[in-house]
Amino acid sequence: MRQDRAGDELPARAGISLKPEHFRDVLDTRPELGFFEVHAENYMVDGGPFHHFLGRIRELYPLSLHGVGLSIGGEAALDEAHLDRLAALIRRYQPASFSEHLAWSSHGEVFYNDLLPVPYDRATLARVCDHVDRVQERLQRRMLLENPSTYVEFEASTIDETDFLNEVIRRTGCGLLLDVNNVYVSCINHGRDPMAYIDAMPLDTVGQIHLAGFARDQDAAGAPLLIDSHGSPVDDAVWDLYAGVMARLGPIPTLLERDNDVPALATLLAEAQRAEGLMPRSAEPEHCDSDRGHS
Amino acid sequence: MSQSAFAATLLAPDLPCPAGLRTWNGSDPVKRLAVYRNNVTSSLIDAVAATFPVAQELVGSEFFRAMASLFVRQRPPRSRVLASYGDEFPAFIEGFEPARSVPYLADVARLEKARVRAYHAVDADPVAADVVSAALSSGEDVGALRLVCHPSVGLVVSGFAIVSVWAAHQGEGDLAEVDPAVPESALVVRAGLDVLVLRLAPGAAPFIAAIQRGAALADAAALAADDSADFDLSGVLALLMRHGALISLHTPRSSTQ
Repeated sequence: MRQDRAGDELPARAGISLKPEHFRDVLDTRPELGFFEVHAENYMVDGGPFHHFLGRIRELYPLSLHGVGLSIGGEAALDEAHLDRLAALIRRYQPASFSEHLAWSSHGEVFYNDLLPVPYDRATLARVCDHVDRVQERLQRRMLLENPSTYVEFEASTIDETDFLNEVIRRTGCGLLLDVNNVYVSCINHGRDPMAYIDAMPLDTVGQIHLAGFARDQDAAGAPLLIDSHGSPVDDAVWDLYAGVMARLGPIPTLLERDNDVPALATLLAEAQRAEGLMPRSAEPEHCDSDRGHS
Repeated sequence: MSQSAFAATLLAPDLPCPAGLRTWNGSDPVKRLAVYRNNVTSSLIDAVAATFPVAQELVGSEFFRAMASLFVRQRPPRSRVLASYGDEFPAFIEGFEPARSVPYLADVARLEKARVRAYHAVDADPVAADVVSAALSSGEDVGALRLVCHPSVGLVVSGFAIVSVWAAHQGEGDLAEVDPAVPESALVVRAGLDVLVLRLAPGAAPFIAAIQRGAALADAAALAADDSADFDLSGVLALLMRHGALISLHTPRSSTQ
């Protein structure tokens, strides 16, 4: 477990969510792009067009497999049948990255189809670490864990979210999927400073970055309440945070996420280009010789 | 707060906000909890709506989403794979009093569910036409032949004109000219990457249902002839072959690919 296989990493470029409405367009136009990401659960079907198109697109692009149903933050043990389905997808498509969320989505018999919050306390920390250990053991690879968008906090929480994530990553050896939109959404929703949040994260473990759009609402006191909707372009405030992260970390695989109100492929590609434009390139160091070209 | 307490409030919007939630500014957490409640309910309604677009057009988005919201609260998904969610929705529609004015709604929904099932069904290659014609012309054992349908094959038998209603919503034919009271049966099959909806001739549905149960060709044909004097065996075989709906045929002793 916890192994990084050579050549098993996403390129440090921008990628986009692969949506069924873009399957044919992608194959016809073969856009210049670092990678595609799919939600694992959408491909847990027996056959048909989803596998046909993902197989062909996988031949052309690196793939990031992103789980939304493992319920790593759940109180119950992980669903071994679901882990088996993930293992089968990983065998079939050999993704360069597998990631999941610090959240729960199933309880009892019911699947809620949402990323639900956990209290940050010792018991939850131990359970989440056990679950991440089990995922990495079963899938025989290092996973990335994504920081959540949240709307409420728990009286039971005794640990900061950043400390909680640091500790999970330290204990399990998993990597961080730094969702910059989630950082912004959660910090605005809970009255925190997004840049301080990022400063407190284990940035040396970031394996991928997510960027997405949010919707605006208000809480009962009229304070801004941002909702991680994945249904609109990336907000300028999130682009600014991302530019700051890029300046510090250099190029990191970056996904432009869009799950609702999916626009034309060209619109998503333009957002991906904007992200790549913010990645400092080693060929063009930030502190280049200012005299060059003047002599 | 336990996850049970949190989970219990998600699909029950009338329950009070559970204790144990905190907000940084002291605001009432119920407004924030509502984001989760809304995410859960609306994402599940969206999943239902994606499977049943024609049913939604038939009753309008507002009515459909109100009906689906009751469904998702009563029958939330048991699986983390939402492709199979909504199997029970047609039966739910049937028992939903306010939908009675569109009596064919449940059967149109059954047709749409069969389409999604066909879309994601296991891949399999259709049997070659010359293999079938050779087997059919081989003589005495023809009646004992077992035909194996493609995994995507589904049947929807209805007392209403479900194929015509569905087709009119795909821009084929005029809905105003469809008499919904004419019984129609549908064959659903994935041919290549496309899911087809085909109107079946009299007797064809019981014939296909029989071969799906593993009945011999002669027994399936006899059942179909009992169902309809107009049953046309060569017609239904030609239809199944044309759309790749058969993947193999064999007699109980030997097998032919």
